[in-house]
Amino acid sequence: MKIVVLLKMVPDVVEELEIAPDGKSLDTTYLRMILNDSDNHALEEALLLKERHGGKVCLLAPDAPEVDDALFAALAKGADRAVKIAGIDAAEGTRAVVARIVQALSTADLLPADLILTGAQAIDDLDGLVAPLLAQTLRWSHLSVVNQVRFDASTGVTTVTKEFPGGLRAEFEIKLPAVLGIQSAEKPPRYVPVAKVRAAMKSLQIDSTTVPIAAGMPALEIQSMAKPSAAGHAEMLEGLPEAVAGKLCDVLAAHGLL
Amino acid sequence: MATVASPHPPGAFEITLENLFSFPQGRRVLTCLQCGTCTATCPYGVGMQYPPRRIIGMLRTGQLEKVLTSDSLLSCVACYACTAKCPRGIELTTVLLPLLKEQMLLSLPEVPSELQRALENMLRYGNPMGESPRKRAAWAKTSSIPIRILPEDPRTTDVLWFVECYTSYHPRGQDTARATAKIFQALGIDFAILGNEEKCAGECVRLSGEPGLHNTLMEYNMQVFRKYKFNSIVTSCPHAYDAFRYSYRTAGFDYELRLATTFLAQHLEALRPMLRGKAGYTVTYHDSCCMGRHNGFYEEPRTLLQAIPGIKLVEMTHNRVNTICCGGGGGGMWLDTYYKAKGYERLSERRVKEAVATGADVLAVACPYEISRFEDAVKVLGYDKRMIVRDITELLVESMEGEI
Amino acid sequence: MSGNIWVVAALCRGRLLDATYEAVALGRELAENLGTKLEVLLLGHELKDVLGTLGIADAVLCVEHAALADPVPEVHAHVVARLAGTRHPQAILVPQTNVTWELGSLVAGELGVPYVNSCTELRMVEQTLEAHTVLYGGKVEAIVRTKHAPSIFGLVSGVRAVEKGYADHAPATERITEVDVQPTSVQLRRYLEPEAGDIDISKEEVLVGVGRGIETRDNLEVSKELADVLGGAICGSRPVIDQGWLPLSRQVGKSGATVKPKLYIAAGISGAPEHVEGMKGSGLIIAINSDPQAPIFQVAHYGIVAKLLDVLPALTEAIRSRSRRGMKQYA
Ligand SMILES: Cc1cc2nc3c(=O)[nH]c(=O)nc-3n(C[C@H](O)[C@H](O)[C@H](O)COP(=O)(O)OP(=O)(O)OC[C@H]3O[C@@H](n4cnc5c(N)ncnc54)[C@H](O)[C@@H]3O)c2cc1C
Ligand code: SF4
Ligand code: SF4
Repeated sequence: MKIVVLLKMVPDVVEELEIAPDGKSLDTTYLRMILNDSDNHALEEALLLKERHGGKVCLLAPDAPEVDDALFAALAKGADRAVKIAGIDAAEGTRAVVARIVQALSTADLLPADLILTGAQAIDDLDGLVAPLLAQTLRWSHLSVVNQVRFDASTGVTTVTKEFPGGLRAEFEIKLPAVLGIQSAEKPPRYVPVAKVRAAMKSLQIDSTTVPIAAGMPALEIQSMAKPSAAGHAEMLEGLPEAVAGKLCDVLAAHGLL
Repeated sequence: MATVASPHPPGAFEITLENLFSFPQGRRVLTCLQCGTCTATCPYGVGMQYPPRRIIGMLRTGQLEKVLTSDSLLSCVACYACTAKCPRGIELTTVLLPLLKEQMLLSLPEVPSELQRALENMLRYGNPMGESPRKRAAWAKTSSIPIRILPEDPRTTDVLWFVECYTSYHPRGQDTARATAKIFQALGIDFAILGNEEKCAGECVRLSGEPGLHNTLMEYNMQVFRKYKFNSIVTSCPHAYDAFRYSYRTAGFDYELRLATTFLAQHLEALRPMLRGKAGYTVTYHDSCCMGRHNGFYEEPRTLLQAIPGIKLVEMTHNRVNTICCGGGGGGMWLDTYYKAKGYERLSERRVKEAVATGADVLAVACPYEISRFEDAVKVLGYDKRMIVRDITELLVESMEGEI
Repeated sequence: MSGNIWVVAALCRGRLLDATYEAVALGRELAENLGTKLEVLLLGHELKDVLGTLGIADAVLCVEHAALADPVPEVHAHVVARLAGTRHPQAILVPQTNVTWELGSLVAGELGVPYVNSCTELRMVEQTLEAHTVLYGGKVEAIVRTKHAPSIFGLVSGVRAVEKGYADHAPATERITEVDVQPTSVQLRRYLEPEAGDIDISKEEVLVGVGRGIETRDNLEVSKELADVLGGAICGSRPVIDQGWLPLSRQVGKSGATVKPKLYIAAGISGAPEHVEGMKGSGLIIAINSDPQAPIFQVAHYGIVAKLLDVLPALTEAIRSRSRRGMKQYA
């Protein structure tokens, strides 16, 4: 199986995020980038498929701070090749990024492939999700929020499982090539010892490809950004149990939880 | 670099499994009597599929592969008991086991998620809890003593205080950080901390089978040390002390080094007149494995405790070299559920039962992991009305402030 | 400029998901705001059972076709896009459930119109639709505007109270059976019922966490009832697991699971750092503890100082009396 995994770096929310003086973007002074969590699961699912059926796992990632670390870690885990797309600006918008990915897939010689896996969502997705848009552009089959991919080598049939509410799962048969948005891999992303990552850094390299920006791909313009006010201490609700319960219900309703 | 003959066996820094027998410490493995003392003294020896004695037996008969593909060594909490007791002086905890653990971690099909999370956090954030590195010195703002932070004020300092993770982030650790600062100030010590530039020293990650991660942290911290001018390093954490004393030597660490407890013991004559408050309680002291068995500091903490007026110090059955591990070393801090699933008794609970049996009111500790572990154990065992857990620095400050 | 507001219903095996009513509630506000109509787009096969609760909308466009019986996103998206092409709605609201996850992006892609992900609020400002969205796992709220009609908006779950979008009558219904069904390379094979093993608490949207304050195993029942009415599950601090009152898989914290539910109710949990490490990322944290000094109140958004045996049953009762029967099944 030839699998391409799309990886994306997103702001690390362990660090306090700050809004830039323009009021519409993140202050990058202390901003750190980390591999988007569900992309990490997409990588794991790809590695599992490779272990079961052989083949190659290639990584494609927009260039971003700290992306090399993530790519080397992925190579150390067992991916075969890593390619960065140079010069992408996060503010370009998902559609422009997808258009660039499509070009990069061919300039970096990643096609044909059987599967393209990526995270079902990234925490900075503002104007669309990569997996469906990419599938649409490539005219490949597609499903997202996937948590299992199975390939039956004897019949050549690929089945994909999606989780629905209440723990119900739906199993689909899907024709390849396909783009899948992975929610979670069958098992948690593996650990890779630092020594292995260091060895990968010494012996392997990351390719880079440049593709022109796609014209006429409007991005949404952010008017303003704000941080929800953080509470240092809980707001205390007082009264007799019934009264408190009533107030709590209001809180739950206001949060759309009833 | 030539292999350095360290004053103390250096552990697995130059030795590898391949060249094991070209080193005296490695060759010593061949002298094993198969007496089983190591296994018998090991707190989790019973649970291990391959306990230390068998491992050596298998090593000598070329069956190491089996050991490396089992998860036995995850049960080693690096307590140094086997090493301390071995009649042949075989360096199990320092030399052989870390080499094997490293190989084990490489072939383990799944690293327990709690351990994986801690290791990943350590690499990314420099602390096992996954807290923001930018908040590492946040406790300093809550200290009544002004704390000089070197990156903000890089003037030469006499003492560079390496605070470490638990002391920096854990709420109870922060209590000891504030207490330590008070004592330093009272003693007129010129000290400063690295603030957000400090990262975990990495001793526990090395002993949990991740020497590569340890080396990354070591290279980082060494670079930070070199940025500043100071005369000596004092650390609150026995694990950091241990790393600096042994493994960091290979990266050129040659600063004067002391553990906060021993440092304060050295200043005892200046400290003594300040200890005014009379303590009307009985204390028992828990010897941390790393501090005691591995580094031999048994008397300093006791001397400090006994300097507190009115204190009565009683010993647990297992003390000094016979201490019982709290279970937090060598990665044990991040294997709680893994051990539980194996049906092991929690070592911190075993230890607290023994402490309670002494009739002491206070369990005194000197390692930042232990407050969190023992307070939890005291609570879970239902002894919270009978015993409290305090760091030695906290007891000293109480007496200094006379509010006992 | 006065196209209608559409809400695409989220259905799972022929049942409406709660997120649909939430979207209807928000859509209603927006329609009032714009002085236009709210229509629910219902795609499926043999749909009459579900119409009776959509009365908050002005109309239901009921698109029925055998090919729409299964939740194959590209088929549904194509139908929505075609209809939008002829009927010109001003905004299409798509609840972001796992069933409808891909839909918004696909429709927007097909029509070449803007899509806004994870919206919590929509309104008209200066002739422009303004959306509030959450970014970076809820750490930042952003405001975006779009003049384009239609624009597509994905709605995070919980945008409005379900009851605000729920009615006990059906609105006017228009049936559409002539649809342009696209061939697809995705086929539903079967549904797999939840496995018998224990649930995965990291996937639950509502968790009731119990600590040593629960005191006895029997008292767990009280928290279980609360979790049930909220459509969630119970989990615990380590001592509760140690007691064997809950399985290991329900432990939250440093040595257990890291959870980020929408709602975490900490009942009788002190808030030890080892526990907090595993739940601090929860959307809304409510703590009930008899000790006003308990550290859990420093991480909670709302706190109640009380005995949990007094508060939990009262809360369960209050919720029960507010919510409709059976609706939470597919929350
Ligand atoms: C290495 C290590 C790993 C650990 N990992 C975890 C972990 O993964 N998860 C975890 O949870 N813990 C973990 N712990 C344990 C942790 O330190 C705490 O001991 C534990 O979280 C405390 O649980 P608790 O809050 O239920 O109990 P307590 O701390 O005893 O708190 C009980 C609370 O209930 C309140 N209370 C009592 N009665 C009532 C009543 N009737 N009504 C309302 N409130 C009442 C009390 O005021 C108190 O605040 C770990 C500890 C260590 C050392
Ligand atoms: S205690 Fe020493 S000599 Fe005895 S079995 Fe263990 S390693 Fe061998
Ligand atoms: S160091 Fe301690 S835990 Fe590890 S094998 Fe030796 S005795 Fe056992």
